[in-house]
Amino acid sequence: MSATLVRPARRRSLALDQLLIVLALLVCWQGAYAYAGSSAITSPFATVAYAISMLEQGWFWSNVGATALAFVSSLAIASLLGVLAGLGLGLWRFAGDVTEPVLAALYTIPKVTLYPLILLLFGLGLSAKVAFGVIHGVIPVTLFTLAAVKGLPPVLLRSARAMRLSPRQTLLHVLAPAVLPEIFTGLRVGFSLTLLGVLIGEMFASQKGMGFLILNGINLHNVKLTTAVVLIVVVTAILANAGLLAADKRLRRQR
Amino acid sequence: MADALAGAAALPGAAAPAAHASLRGVTRVYPGAAPVHALGPIDLDLARGEFFSVVGPSGCGKSTLIDVQAGLAAPSAGEVMFEGKPVAGKVPDGIGVVFQEDASFPWLTVTDNIAFGLRRAGVDPAEVRRRVEYAIGFMGLRDFARAYPVQLSGGMRQRVCIARTLVLQPRLILLDEPFGALDQQTRLLMGDELLRLWRETRATVLLITHALDEAAMLSDRVGAMSARPGRFVDLLKTGWPRERDSSLVAEAGFGAITARLWSHLRAESLKAMGGAPP
Repeated sequence: MSATLVRPARRRSLALDQLLIVLALLVCWQGAYAYAGSSAITSPFATVAYAISMLEQGWFWSNVGATALAFVSSLAIASLLGVLAGLGLGLWRFAGDVTEPVLAALYTIPKVTLYPLILLLFGLGLSAKVAFGVIHGVIPVTLFTLAAVKGLPPVLLRSARAMRLSPRQTLLHVLAPAVLPEIFTGLRVGFSLTLLGVLIGEMFASQKGMGFLILNGINLHNVKLTTAVVLIVVVTAILANAGLLAADKRLRRQR
Repeated sequence: MADALAGAAALPGAAAPAAHASLRGVTRVYPGAAPVHALGPIDLDLARGEFFSVVGPSGCGKSTLIDVQAGLAAPSAGEVMFEGKPVAGKVPDGIGVVFQEDASFPWLTVTDNIAFGLRRAGVDPAEVRRRVEYAIGFMGLRDFARAYPVQLSGGMRQRVCIARTLVLQPRLILLDEPFGALDQQTRLLMGDELLRLWRETRATVLLITHALDEAAMLSDRVGAMSARPGRFVDLLKTGWPRERDSSLVAEAGFGAITARLWSHLRAESLKAMGGAPP
C-alpha cells in the first residue's frame, strides 16, 4: 500500500536486506574475478578505482554526452508517441481492441534483428541510435497507457457528466489524474528499455557513447575499460530506476 | 447553518403546482442486432420535496430510469421534464446523482473530493469552504477530512460521494442503489442519514433500491416495477410522517407495506429469473 504504513523497524530491515544483496553481488563479482582472472574481468576494487580516474577524463565525458543526447531524444520521442498512441487507442475502443494484441506480438520480436534495417534507413550515427531506442521504448509506453485508459472505471466519467463538467474539465480533472500513475509506470519501463536500445545501438554501429566504449574495450582487450564502463552504466541505471520507482510509489500512494 | 445545504428553499417559484420532475410515456430501448427493450413505457410525477423509491427485480431497468431522468441517457420515446423544462442530452442544473459504484476520486482527499464539483463550477473559494465544512460535519466525515478514499470503508466512501453531490445543492437527488454494496446494519444507518439529509435540504429524492425494507422505511411513495421491460405495477403511499427514522421497522404498518411490495415483486422476480409463479 504505502510507505507511510511501513513501520520504521520494517524499513530498517528492508535497508539491511538491500545492503546484503549489494554485498552478495560484490562477493560474486570477486568470485568471478578469482575464477576467470584479469583477462576477462577486473576486481571490484580495481574497477572502482579506474572508474573514478575515468571521471576526470575529457574523452569519457564526451562519450557520456553522446549517449545522454541519444537517450534523452529517444525517451522523449518514445514517451510522446507512446502516450499519444495509447490515449488515442484507449479512447477509440475498437482500434484499441484490434491493435493491442498486434502490439504485444510485435513487442516479442527480438528487436536487434531489425538493426541492420534501421542502419540502412537512418545511416550510421545519432539518428540510428535514437530510432533503435525508440523502437524499444515506444510499445511498452503505448500498452501501459492503453491499459490505463481501458481500465478507467466508467462511473468516474459518469460522475463527471453528472457534475456537469465540460469535456475539457473532464479531460484535465478526471481522465488525466485517473490514468497518470499507470502511464508513469509505463514511462518507467520505457526508460529502462530505451536505455537498452540506445546502448545496443551504440555497440554495433557507432563511434561514440557508452555502448561504443564497452565494445571498444572488448575489441582492444581493454578489460579495465569495459568493466568500469559497465559498472558506471549499471549504477546509473539502478539509481535512476530507484528514483522513478519511488516517484511511482508516491503517485500510487493514494490508490 | 442549515441553509448551507438547502437548495430548494432558495428556488424562485417554489410554489409552482406542476410536478417537480416527470416522465411521460418514457421508454428506453438499447439498439443493436437484437434490441433490448429495457424500460417502459413509464409515467411518473414527482412532487416537490417528495421521497420516492423504486423497487423491482434485478435487470428491470431501474438504473436506466435514473439515467433517463438525470439526462445521462436519452429516452427512446417519451418526454422527460425537470422544473418545467425538458431534460435533453445533458444533466440539468439542480439534479444530483449518486451512483451504486464507488465514484470517489482516489487521487483526491475526502475534502477535495467533496469540493470537486464546486471548484469546477467556479464557486467562490470561501463559499466552497463553507459548504464543504458543513457537508463534512453533516455526513460524519470530520475525522477523515484529510484521508484518501483507499483508507476508508465502503460506507464511508459512499458518504463522500453523497456529500460531493450534496454540496452542489441539488433540488432533485437521484440515488441509484447507493447502499447496494453495504452490509445490512450500515444500510439502515445510512438510510437514517438519508432521511435527515432529505428533511434538511428539502430536496426531492428518487431512490432506486432492491431492498424492500429500505423502500418501505424511507419513502413517502414506493413504485414497484415489473420484470423487463420495467413498468410500474403498483404505486403505494406509505403515509409516514416527515420526521421518521429506522425505528419505523417496528411499526405494524411497516410489515403490511413490505408484504404488499413483496407480493408484487415475488411474481416479477420469478419472471425475471425465467420461471413462472406457482
